[in-house]
Amino acid sequence: MRWKNEELSGWGSALSRATMLARPERLAALTDTLKETPCPAIGMRRSYGDAPLAPKALDMTRLDRFISFDEETGLLEAEAGVTLGDILDTFAPKGWMPAVLPGTGFATLGGAIAYDVHGKNHQIAGSFGQHVESLVLIDAKGDSQQISAQSAPELFRATIGGMGQTGVIYSARLQLAPCPAGKMLVRERRMENLDTFIEAFNASDVDYQVGWLDMTAGGVNLGRGIFEEAHFLSGIFKPAGKARSVPFNLPGFAMSRPVVKAFNWAYLRRVPEGGRGVDCGLRSFFFPLDNIQHWNRLYGKRGFHQFQCVLPLENSPATLGEILEAVVASGLASPLSVLKRLGAGRAGMMSFPMEGFTLAVDIVNKPGAKALLEKLNTLADEAGGRVYLAKDSSLEADYIENMYTELEEFRTVVAKADPDGAFLTDLVKRLKIRGTT
Amino acid sequence: MSETWIILGATSSMARAFARKCARKGDALLLLGRDMPELKRIAKDCSLRGAAQAEAVAFDARKPEEFSAIISEAAEGRQLNAAVFIGSMPPQDELDRDPSLLDGVIQDNFTGPARFLQLLAPHMETQGSGTIIGIGSVAGDRGRVGNYVYGAAKAGFHTYLSGLRNRLGRHGVQVITVKPGFVDTTMTWGIEGMFLVASPEAVADSLIKAVKKRRNVVYTPWFWRYIMLIIRHIPEFIFKKMSI
Repeated sequence: MRWKNEELSGWGSALSRATMLARPERLAALTDTLKETPCPAIGMRRSYGDAPLAPKALDMTRLDRFISFDEETGLLEAEAGVTLGDILDTFAPKGWMPAVLPGTGFATLGGAIAYDVHGKNHQIAGSFGQHVESLVLIDAKGDSQQISAQSAPELFRATIGGMGQTGVIYSARLQLAPCPAGKMLVRERRMENLDTFIEAFNASDVDYQVGWLDMTAGGVNLGRGIFEEAHFLSGIFKPAGKARSVPFNLPGFAMSRPVVKAFNWAYLRRVPEGGRGVDCGLRSFFFPLDNIQHWNRLYGKRGFHQFQCVLPLENSPATLGEILEAVVASGLASPLSVLKRLGAGRAGMMSFPMEGFTLAVDIVNKPGAKALLEKLNTLADEAGGRVYLAKDSSLEADYIENMYTELEEFRTVVAKADPDGAFLTDLVKRLKIRGTT
Repeated sequence: MSETWIILGATSSMARAFARKCARKGDALLLLGRDMPELKRIAKDCSLRGAAQAEAVAFDARKPEEFSAIISEAAEGRQLNAAVFIGSMPPQDELDRDPSLLDGVIQDNFTGPARFLQLLAPHMETQGSGTIIGIGSVAGDRGRVGNYVYGAAKAGFHTYLSGLRNRLGRHGVQVITVKPGFVDTTMTWGIEGMFLVASPEAVADSLIKAVKKRRNVVYTPWFWRYIMLIIRHIPEFIFKKMSI
């Protein structure tokens, strides 16, 4: 296998490193490469921080075949490099779709399992890993085994949300959910402040819910934004069309405070005061930003961090308020700030979700970003919440044990599955997720 | 309308992208290559993506004695189209060290596919319609120090395709010569000095378009036509000193 030298970064591009990449296109090439040079697998690099970074890595994106599909039951088996958008495009016209879809269709099946991702319907559908029936895992010796919750419960629970530490996920069987229609009706309402927002979430019984926050508004307007509730409507599914692209890194002022403020002002007023209903294709509802390729370039060369935490229900209102205040005061927020309600569903030892509210904020990588992130990490920790490792670029190792309560079990399983540490990534090393060794 | 495509060298990155595009249109596919387990996986993938039929067929460019049987079986009751993606490109320095490798390169890139198409041609003539796509390379437009054996084989294939186009054109069969520039495939992965690299999906899109428009010679991406126009016109006494 030939290796390619590449400067690799996560989606936030604030962290990067020189990497040697192999890109097997066949199963045989994958196992051969692993035997010779065991190293972690990466997908489409849609994690934000250093989750996809390692000195050597296997690019899985060409292992993207569908292996089998049962039209009766909706059970799909596919290679790990298949993207979730590809699954949606191919199977929605047949009436099936992934039960859980994150905010981008570019995420791979393997990545969605390795970070046990969630969607806008977490309260009813749970996390991605909860729909995985079984998967094929290849260890550092190149030996593969099919595992499921029944056949290897510990290893299975360590692999889902396991950041690739138990081995390379070659393929998985995913239970798809019925896709009732190709369109959705999205009801949008303006929210005046954080309290009304939280009330609206609590009162809503619609399957899909998401909130957009104006992170430039402080004082009485703190936490204002737009609340979106969506359900399926009749209509045919349209696959991905031609996407527009941000051709190069934008200059620094593109995300400066006045620009963001003006954008948010206009974005909020898109929705009339009385609210409105909008017809929306599945793709534009689930993957709103996928139509703009390389949108991360909007942040310029210095990149950005994404902070995402989940807070337990009882502490959510107070801590969310503190977090919003800190972000607004810093002036470092971008227009991309999202609030969601999560349920308790999680499939792995290191899964992110817990019953409560989750907030995601993009923070421009400027001086002051680090101090702000530290503050936010502390607030999340003190509230008994956790920071999402697929997004993280700033957490300190000390927080991990507190935030991830099954860490010890995870360490035990991983130490057995990968005794030589072949699958370590920069994220796992930085946060000492596998212990001090 | 659904068509049938014989795809030679179906496990290559470009062929796989092309097969998927055809699958999405509901075409039937005969996937030819050496790695049967892999061909079967690709066939399954293509049928799940909408192919009317997708079948793996064992084929080795270096075993021309088997071609006839493959073709007669494929042509049984079908209106055929063919796309030839086979080829190999060992590093030039390996070829310089071991000249015996040369025959294999010529066979993989030129005589193998040419022999296959030569056997297929009468069927296409009788059929009186259909398309043959031959994947050449910009490397065949001029011999360069970096890969002149590969380039020579591709040049031979280009000339062959040109003649075949001349022959079959009068029977209503379209022969398309495709000259890709750098494409992001297993063959080019990790090689230094690549630029303007196109994705296999982009190349596959241009193939579908070329079939629709009944093109003769296609550079893909399109700008390679102009890059090669310049490179072809560099006087030999200068070119021989260059290493591009």
